[in-house]
Amino acid sequence: MAWANNVLRVNLTEGTVSNEPLNMEWARIYLGQRGLATKYLAEEIDPACDALSADNKLIMTTGPLTGTMASTGGRYSVVTKSPLTGAVACSNSGGFIGAELKAAGYDMIIFEGKSPQPVYLYVENEKVDIVPAHEIWGQSVWAADEWLHKKYQDPLLRVAAVGRAAEKGCLYASIVNDLHRAAGRSGVGTVMASKNLKAVAVRGTKGVGNIKDPGAFMQAVNAGKQVLAENAVTGQGLPTYGTQVLMNIINEVGAMPTRNMREVQFEGASKISAEAMHEPRASDGKPNLVTNAGCFGCTIACGRISTIDRGHFSIENKPQYWGASGGLEYEAAWALGSDTGVDDIDALTYANFICNEDGIDPISFGATVAAAMELYDLGAITKAQTDGVELKFGSAEALAWATEVTCKGEGFGLDLGLGSKRLCEKYGHPDLSMTVKGQEFPAYDPRGIQGMGLTYATSNRGACHLRSYTVSSEVMGVPEKTDPLATEGKPEMVKAYQDATAIVDSSGLCVFTTFAWTLEDIAPQVAAACEGDWTPETMLEAGERIWNLEREFNLAAGLTAADDTLPKRLLTEPAQTGPAKGHVNRLHEMMPKYYEVRGWTEQGVPTAETRQRLGL
Amino acid sequence: MLRALQIEPEKCTGCLQCELACSYQAEGVFNPAKSRIKVFTFHDEGRFVPYTCTQCSEAWCMHACPVEAIVLNEETGAKEVLADVCVGCKVCTIACPFGTVNYSQDSKVVYKCDLCGGDPECAKACPTAAITYVDADHTGLARMRAHAAAGSN
Repeated sequence: MAWANNVLRVNLTEGTVSNEPLNMEWARIYLGQRGLATKYLAEEIDPACDALSADNKLIMTTGPLTGTMASTGGRYSVVTKSPLTGAVACSNSGGFIGAELKAAGYDMIIFEGKSPQPVYLYVENEKVDIVPAHEIWGQSVWAADEWLHKKYQDPLLRVAAVGRAAEKGCLYASIVNDLHRAAGRSGVGTVMASKNLKAVAVRGTKGVGNIKDPGAFMQAVNAGKQVLAENAVTGQGLPTYGTQVLMNIINEVGAMPTRNMREVQFEGASKISAEAMHEPRASDGKPNLVTNAGCFGCTIACGRISTIDRGHFSIENKPQYWGASGGLEYEAAWALGSDTGVDDIDALTYANFICNEDGIDPISFGATVAAAMELYDLGAITKAQTDGVELKFGSAEALAWATEVTCKGEGFGLDLGLGSKRLCEKYGHPDLSMTVKGQEFPAYDPRGIQGMGLTYATSNRGACHLRSYTVSSEVMGVPEKTDPLATEGKPEMVKAYQDATAIVDSSGLCVFTTFAWTLEDIAPQVAAACEGDWTPETMLEAGERIWNLEREFNLAAGLTAADDTLPKRLLTEPAQTGPAKGHVNRLHEMMPKYYEVRGWTEQGVPTAETRQRLGL
Repeated sequence: MLRALQIEPEKCTGCLQCELACSYQAEGVFNPAKSRIKVFTFHDEGRFVPYTCTQCSEAWCMHACPVEAIVLNEETGAKEVLADVCVGCKVCTIACPFGTVNYSQDSKVVYKCDLCGGDPECAKACPTAAITYVDADHTGLARMRAHAAAGSN
């Protein structure tokens, strides 16, 4: 089996660590990572607990294929209850630390309680230490990473850490690993900091060796790599342009949320696009993009490594930002750019760098700045709050300032750290918050892509594109083209995408493989590696089981069908330009059917029959 | 025809497929810590560089070995470690100017790239052709061709 069959349990209150075998009965029906860790969380905590209390737990979890040679097999997730949404949180990250944790001999780490003082966890195979972290508490992720590497004199140490924003309570703080990959969404970093846990440093030299059928596994892995290499998206588009390949496409479709979703097309899109990242700069003749980069085991390599123009105002006299680091992905470029109306690619790259440096989610942050800019526009926020900064749409200087104060948790940055929902409530305009269940929208306006409206409204972690990426079908035509402005068939499609994604997220693989792979490509890899009955059919059913498990967690946490909705703006204010001109999102046409195909009551509760069918 | 590994760092994405393939072939485990080829990341420069034994003709490691545990494979040109002869003295790890011979605490002998007997797994696993296995007399051919193509435009 590809599982390590070993769970590391860390009680931060008591300062103790222990090992236990993985619950294989659960692993056979929840697979790993997202599904399996959610099962542990649901069994071990009260879903109604305060997310930032010692009662919440934080699980850092791998999947069975994490650490193997399966392409993209380096993923890990952080599963906990979210302080931003009050719902279940599951944030997925690549980089290298997930595979390192598996190579050290662990499927997951379950953090319990709250440490009486700041600590970090050091793991070197069987050696596990809870170590005081006073030297790095109050420091950025990058500073903590450098300090840990120097302390242990080990260049191969892998580090995941939280930054100053998390320590100061920013509700969408992320956990950053390997300097610029992140378990980004829903405030999982805020939970980590609330436990006084600054970092996790891992060195694993045992590897992953217990593959069920090595011959069949290598055959399936090589077949899968071939499919990724030959596919236009995973073989060419993503390595060359990254996810930023979407910027111009989505803008043309008229689904580019702009200026806090007042508009659906951004006039500056081409200036902040993938193509712009390839353009040589006037100052030094070098492009923004240095190279593409792969996470552990990934043969797609969509990652961006970028530099900022050294003459740019944001990094003048700041040599620490003159080197290359993680560059703009589409979501960050959209949220920091189009949603704030800023078309200065160097300002966006700078904001992205420091979102990584101090661990905040650039999607939620950008969308919160966008809401603040609209509030400023209306006069609800004034220079009295912003230290005299003109918080105007389109201001690169305002964006850079807002990012700095939020990352450090200073002044108005503490307000921005509340997230869009609480910020808009505080300043008297709750309707201006573009959120679902308190989490900010990603980069697809649901007026122009109807299925994404249902995706956001029903996502178990609040507004999110990675729970059912119907853009694949509605815009890119994968696996088949559907009309983005139609609602027919979308409930069934959203359910199918949600279930398939849930099981991919539980495997250790990256969801980006699904531009090329279906479960027909993935199941043979899982089946060859893992005990149990893993076929495309059983995997889809496991995905549905996971979806319902998350739903039941949320219902127990106090969420209801009333939370399965969209902001009024998207339901009542039609798009003004582009192919979706005149359209709102017609959620009401999709929701009843969605509950029906889910096997839920009209109140959005799984029926007894559905629960029984899925073995819940 | 003798062939050699050719490494082109500018094509490398740092994905470690080569390290996984190498460790799996040599040790039966997916484990970068046991790989004969290593990819180094130069973060500030945004560069990834795979590095392994270049199979020197007058191999320092081979000459330094006091028990003749490192031998030439005439067919592949690889300098191979005879694990049952090696006494683990590590003199070869000192002699190698490039650091590509290393000692294993588990096996108590040294290990290095042996070109997988003439079919190197790292080259097969590399998704971007940053590692290729080419005519040993013409490792520069692809680079010459690329420059020739650029010049002909």
